[in-house]
Amino acid sequence: MFKEDQLKKVQQEKKKWVDDLSKMLSETPERLPRFTTVSDLEIKGLYSPEDIKDLNYSGEVGFPGVYPFTRGVQPSMYRGKLWTMRMFSGLGGPEETNQRFHYLLNHGETGLSVAFHYPTLMGYDSDSPNARGEVGKCGVAIDTLKDMEILFEGIPLDQVTTSMTINPPASILLAMYIVVAEKQGVSKKEIGGTIQNDMLKEFVAQKTFMLPPRPSIRIIVDTIEYCTKEVPRWNTISISGYHIREAGSTAVQELAFTLADGIAYVEAAMERGLDVDDFAPRLSFFFDSHIDFFEEIAKFRAARRIWAKVMRERFMAKKPRSWMLRFHTQTAGCSLTAQQPFNNVVRTAYEALAAVLGGTQSLHTNSLDETYAIPTEEAVTIALRTQQILAEETGVTNTIDPLAGSYFVEALTNQMEEMAWDYIHKIDEMGGMVKAIERGYPQMEIADAAYRYQRQIDANEKVIVGVNKYVTDHPPITIWRMRPEIGERQLKRLREVKETRKNPKVKECLGLIRRASLDGENLMPHIIHAVREYATIQEICDVWREVFGRYTDPGYF
Amino acid sequence: MSPERKIRILIAKPGLDGHDRGAKVIARGFRDAGFEVIYTGLHQTPEQIVAAAIQEDVDGIGLSILSGAHDYIFPEVIKLLKEKGAEDIAVFGGGIIPEEDILALKGSGVKALFVPGTTIEEAVKWVRENIKPRK
Repeated sequence: MFKEDQLKKVQQEKKKWVDDLSKMLSETPERLPRFTTVSDLEIKGLYSPEDIKDLNYSGEVGFPGVYPFTRGVQPSMYRGKLWTMRMFSGLGGPEETNQRFHYLLNHGETGLSVAFHYPTLMGYDSDSPNARGEVGKCGVAIDTLKDMEILFEGIPLDQVTTSMTINPPASILLAMYIVVAEKQGVSKKEIGGTIQNDMLKEFVAQKTFMLPPRPSIRIIVDTIEYCTKEVPRWNTISISGYHIREAGSTAVQELAFTLADGIAYVEAAMERGLDVDDFAPRLSFFFDSHIDFFEEIAKFRAARRIWAKVMRERFMAKKPRSWMLRFHTQTAGCSLTAQQPFNNVVRTAYEALAAVLGGTQSLHTNSLDETYAIPTEEAVTIALRTQQILAEETGVTNTIDPLAGSYFVEALTNQMEEMAWDYIHKIDEMGGMVKAIERGYPQMEIADAAYRYQRQIDANEKVIVGVNKYVTDHPPITIWRMRPEIGERQLKRLREVKETRKNPKVKECLGLIRRASLDGENLMPHIIHAVREYATIQEICDVWREVFGRYTDPGYF
Repeated sequence: MSPERKIRILIAKPGLDGHDRGAKVIARGFRDAGFEVIYTGLHQTPEQIVAAAIQEDVDGIGLSILSGAHDYIFPEVIKLLKEKGAEDIAVFGGGIIPEEDILALKGSGVKALFVPGTTIEEAVKWVRENIKPRK
C-alpha cells in the first residue's frame, strides 16, 4: 500500500509518538489496563500505515461488485438501491400478524419477515400437548395452508419479498407460500424470498431442532435442488450467524462457524450432483450486528472476502454471483436491556449504523421492548423509523464503504479474517462442521465465551449502562400480551380444517411423503401436494420423526 | 462426622423454548460455586422435569423460561411435585418474566425469580441461603 521511504518516515514519526506517549502515561495512565471489544479482542491505541503495509488493495480490498467484494456486493450499493427494511414480525394468530404486516408496509417497510411461534418452529400443531402454553406467544401460529392464506391476505406476493425464519419445517412453509402465491395467480417462478433452512446452526445455537443432522441436511438439499429448478428467485437458505452470536459467541466465532456451516451445505449440495454455479448464487447469509461498532464492520467486510475465496478457490465456482456473500442483519437482541428500556433505541441505532457501514442487503432493527415481549406497534414504529432516518437523513448512504482505507478498519478486517480461517481450518481437520457438531466443539466454544462474558459483566470489567453502571429504577413499560381468545380461535380453525378437508387425500399425500423420505426422492413436490390438501405441519413432521428419528439436546454446558 | 452433602440443583429448560444461554451460564456458575448441577437439556415437559428431579434426588429446581410460557409451566411443575409428594423440592426460576406476573407465580409457590441483570453471585447467594441439602 505504501512506498518504502514513506513507511520509513512513518516508523520514525511513530517512534517519537510512542516516546512522548510513554512519558505522558507515566504521569497520567490510561483509563483501563486493557482496551477490548465486546468479544474481548484487544485493540491498540492507534493504527497507522504500518498496520496495513502488506495490504494488497487490488487483491484484498478492490472495488464494490468485484471479487473479493470486501467493499460490497453491488457496484452502486446504496446509491442504487437502499437495503431492504425487513422487520421480523409475528404475533398471536395469522389475523394479528397480517394486520402488523399491513401496518409496517404502510409505514415504509420494504420487505416482509415472518416470526413463527414455537410449536410451528418445532414441527408441532397448536393442538399438540407440546404446544401447551406456547400458542401465538413468540410468533405467529401457523398450522395449515388456511393460516398462511390469512397471513398474506391483501399482500400481492409478486410485489414483495418475504423472509421466513423457519428451520426443521422450512420446506413445508415454503410449500405453503408457493401454494398461497399460486392461489393469487402468481407463479413460483416469480416469487422472491428466503427460508432460513439452516439446521447446522440450530444444533449449535438456536436449538429449534427436530431430526438428527444428516437427515436434516438431506431435506435442506432437497429444497436447494427443487428451488434451483423451480423457484429461481428464492434464497434457499439463510446461513445464520445471528443465533450463534446471541448464544454468546464472539464476533470471530460467529463469522467462522457461519462460514463453516456454509461450506458444509455447499459440499452436501455438490455431493447430490448439483453444479455449484447453479445453486450458490441463491445461498444467503444472516449476521448479528452487536454493540461493538468497528468489530462488527470489520466482521461484515471479512465475511464477504472469506466467502469469495472459499467459493472461488475451494469450490471452483465460476460465476461472480456464486462468490458473493449477500446478507441480512439483525441488531443484537442480546445487547438490549430490560433495565431502562428506552436506552435500547440508542443501542439499536448504533448497531444499525454498523450494519449499513458493513454493507448489509437487508436489516431488522429491534424494538425497545423486545427484552420483554413481542413489540408493540409504537415500539416497532420507532425501530423502523431508526432505519429510515439512517437511510435518508444521516448521509451515510452517499458513498460506498466509507471506512475502507482506515488503518484500523482494514487491520481489524484482516485480523478477523485470519482468526476465522484458524477456526475454519480446525473444523476442516475435524472432518467438517457436521462432525464438529457431533463432537460438541462449536457448542462448547460458544458456552465458554458466553460464560466468560457474563463473568466480565458481573465483575464490572464490561460495562452495560443501566445494568452494572448508572443503575436507576425505571417505571414499567406497557408490553404486548397475547389475548387468550387468540389461542382458542386457532384451535377452532385447526379443528374445522381437519373436519372439512378431504382426509383420504391427505392420508395418501402423507404416504407419498413417507415413501419419498425412505427412497430418497426429492420431497418438495410431495410436500406441495400435501399442504395443498391442508395437511398440517405436524402431520408431515410426524412422518419424518418416525422415519428419521429425533434429535435430542446433549445438554452441553 | 460425615461432611455435609453438597447442594444438588436441577437446571431445567421446559417447553419448546430454545434460549439456553442463561440456563447454561447459571449451570456452570452453580457448578463453580460448588453445587452439584444436573442440566436437563432443552425441550423438557413438566412431567419429565419432575421425574428427573425425584430420580436425581435434588434439593431445588431452577427453571429457565424466555418464551412467555412461564404462566403455564411453573404452576404445572409445582402441581406435579405435590402430586408426587415431593413438594419439599424448592422451585425457582429465571428468564423473561414480566413484573406483573412475578407476584402471581410467587403466590403459586415459586420461591424466587431471577430477571435480567441478576449476577451469578446473587443467584448463588440466594441458593446458599434458601436451599439446604435435604437429609
